Amino acid sequence: MIPTRRSLLAALATVGTLASLTGCGGGSDSGGSSSGASKGTYTFWDPYPQFDASSAWGKLVTSCGTKAGVKLKRTPYDTTDLGNKALLAAQQGNAPDVMLVDNPVVSTLVEAGILNKTSDLGLDTKSIQKNIIGAGTIDDASYGVPIGANTLALYYNKKILSAAGVDPASVKDWNSLTAALKKVKSAGKKGITFSAINTEEGSFQFLPWFWGAGGDLTKLNSPKGVAALSLWKQWVDEGYAPKDVLQNTQTTSWQEFATGDYAFSENGTWQLGNAEKAGFDYGIVSIPGQNGGSAPVPTGGEFVTVPVQKDTGRYDVSKKIVTCLTSDANLLPTDTTLQYVAPTAAVQAEQVKKNPKLKPWVSAVAAARGRTSGGLGTKYPTISQPMWTAVQAALSGSKSPQDALDTAQSSAQKG
Amino acid sequence: MTIARVDRPRRAPSAAAGADNSEALTLRRRHRRRRRLTALAFVTPLLAYLAAFYLYPLYRNLDLSLRDYTVRSFVAGDAPFSGWDNFQKVLDDPTFGPAMRHTMVFTFVSIAFQYVLGLALAVFFNRHFRLAPTLRALFLIPWLLPLIVSASTWSWMFNSESGVVNYLLHFFWVDPVGWLTSPDWALTSVIVANIWIGIPFNLVILYSGLQNIPAELYEAASLDGASAWQQFRRITFPLLRPVSAITLLLGLVYTLKVFDLIWIMTKGGPGDASSTLATWSYQLGFGTLLPKFGPGAAVGNILILIALVFGLLYIRVQRRQEA
Repeated sequence: MIPTRRSLLAALATVGTLASLTGCGGGSDSGGSSSGASKGTYTFWDPYPQFDASSAWGKLVTSCGTKAGVKLKRTPYDTTDLGNKALLAAQQGNAPDVMLVDNPVVSTLVEAGILNKTSDLGLDTKSIQKNIIGAGTIDDASYGVPIGANTLALYYNKKILSAAGVDPASVKDWNSLTAALKKVKSAGKKGITFSAINTEEGSFQFLPWFWGAGGDLTKLNSPKGVAALSLWKQWVDEGYAPKDVLQNTQTTSWQEFATGDYAFSENGTWQLGNAEKAGFDYGIVSIPGQNGGSAPVPTGGEFVTVPVQKDTGRYDVSKKIVTCLTSDANLLPTDTTLQYVAPTAAVQAEQVKKNPKLKPWVSAVAAARGRTSGGLGTKYPTISQPMWTAVQAALSGSKSPQDALDTAQSSAQKG
Repeated sequence: MTIARVDRPRRAPSAAAGADNSEALTLRRRHRRRRRLTALAFVTPLLAYLAAFYLYPLYRNLDLSLRDYTVRSFVAGDAPFSGWDNFQKVLDDPTFGPAMRHTMVFTFVSIAFQYVLGLALAVFFNRHFRLAPTLRALFLIPWLLPLIVSASTWSWMFNSESGVVNYLLHFFWVDPVGWLTSPDWALTSVIVANIWIGIPFNLVILYSGLQNIPAELYEAASLDGASAWQQFRRITFPLLRPVSAITLLLGLVYTLKVFDLIWIMTKGGPGDASSTLATWSYQLGFGTLLPKFGPGAAVGNILILIALVFGLLYIRVQRRQEA
């Protein structure tokens, strides 16, 4: 009897502890939600896990909260994670007050109905460049303020080009670029690195060529799209580009270029700092269009957004925070740290004054377009995924560019 | 207790004993009830755990796969019931056939090699030579390494430009192979990496199984003049059968759902040359900017169903063995 009673007690105690543990879990959960009782704390999510609280960015976020009279709690997430995290949070009714998201995600979140229009919040976006804010504009309404923009261009290794007898200024269209790559290869060096990985990064890198041929995302398998994919395939087949472009992220593609063996690298504004450290002279040319001129490049970069809250009284403070983060005075240091091009002409001018090497990037951003712009919105993701699959299929040789893009087009149409 | 039971028949005829008996009965009943409560109290945490971490997620996954979720209805929680639409969509998708085939090839080839090599190593280490324990411990390393480390390492080794595998091959005048970039090799490469990771698991379980085989059997066999191969065929292998069955089943379930290794090494590419049901499910649910929760969950459920079929098969085989 006594042992039984003791074990019963023990078991009950176990259940009790477990219940209290789960109780605790529930409690802290609701405490973390933004709609909790603590009015003085606002939540802020961003995709910059590389910056901790002591970084310039971390400090700026804190100070913008203090200026708005609240405590701003910042949580950084991995950028690929942030969109889904935001959807889940919105479903649970505890979306953050202010959120910084990658620009193509904006249209997805708008589709989910969880973002406020900037006009409803009374945010001023007049000074922002049209093409940059375009990625966050759906049906003529903008849903966020860009914190900065980046885009793609061709970095080149001066030493390799001069050794191969290539004048970078001669790279004006696809033919001259391919000719340059051929010369580099016959001089015993490697041609070009880019990223054709099967993620959004691969589509981002393919777009300048796709658009540079005059391609239209709603018709992937047009002769223009096929021409762009055939160009990449030719480079890989001839050995001008390495086979591992299929696995390269933009970071690993940069690492290949940084070995000093490659003549060109298609890469982004954010590599400027690394380019200075690479230990060789580099230059930048814009990505050429098929028949000359600069190809349209996609804009990258994040938007500051204000997710929908049950308590609409919170928007006033959120607005103050957004205004603070995107004020000209704060954009300059932020975009300098992130190595982005500012979204307003005034700050761009200051950036170029401080660092003349940014000039080609500023004009590249001015010519760039949003991936979700032009009314594509959430159609873009359903086009982008078949497109990167097609790029992979063609470059790996399992399909011809035409077949690969035909397949892509039919699955993009299915959505 | 024993004393009471011996006592009872002697007291039974008296009237007083009748009252005593009924008292004993209620006492026993109360005892039993308390015992049942105790049992229940011990079981409750387990049940709560199972419900919270198995039943509810399973239910959610099933719910996701049976509704037409868009990002909007996911947030609002008002997705209309769509029956088997998601499953139909997934089955009709051109990716389904290859993904299913790759899953099966990946699983069965991996398991076959893991088991054979694991068994060979287990028998080898069972011979108790010097340094055997040290070497055996070294063989556990693949198991101890975090998967992100081993998968990234394999990915570097298989790199088509600067990987060590191609570097070694070039000494034998072999042209560089696109291990992870050629559709002909990508699946093979991830299988090779997965076999390497799975061998220790097979080795450990089969080795412990070998320890349970009595040494006398081998002594008797060698007195009868059985060769090493005959001893393996007639003693080791049959007596290892129950352990083998559970090793294979666990390996099967683990391998069916391998996702991280493939995702880190190839992301299912190039194209969909190495995509399995697991990577495809992730790709649908989280791999693009616009998540497709419904079809993603449907693929996940198909995977669960396959694992379940093999689990039931195992139980049947086991029951027949016991009978």
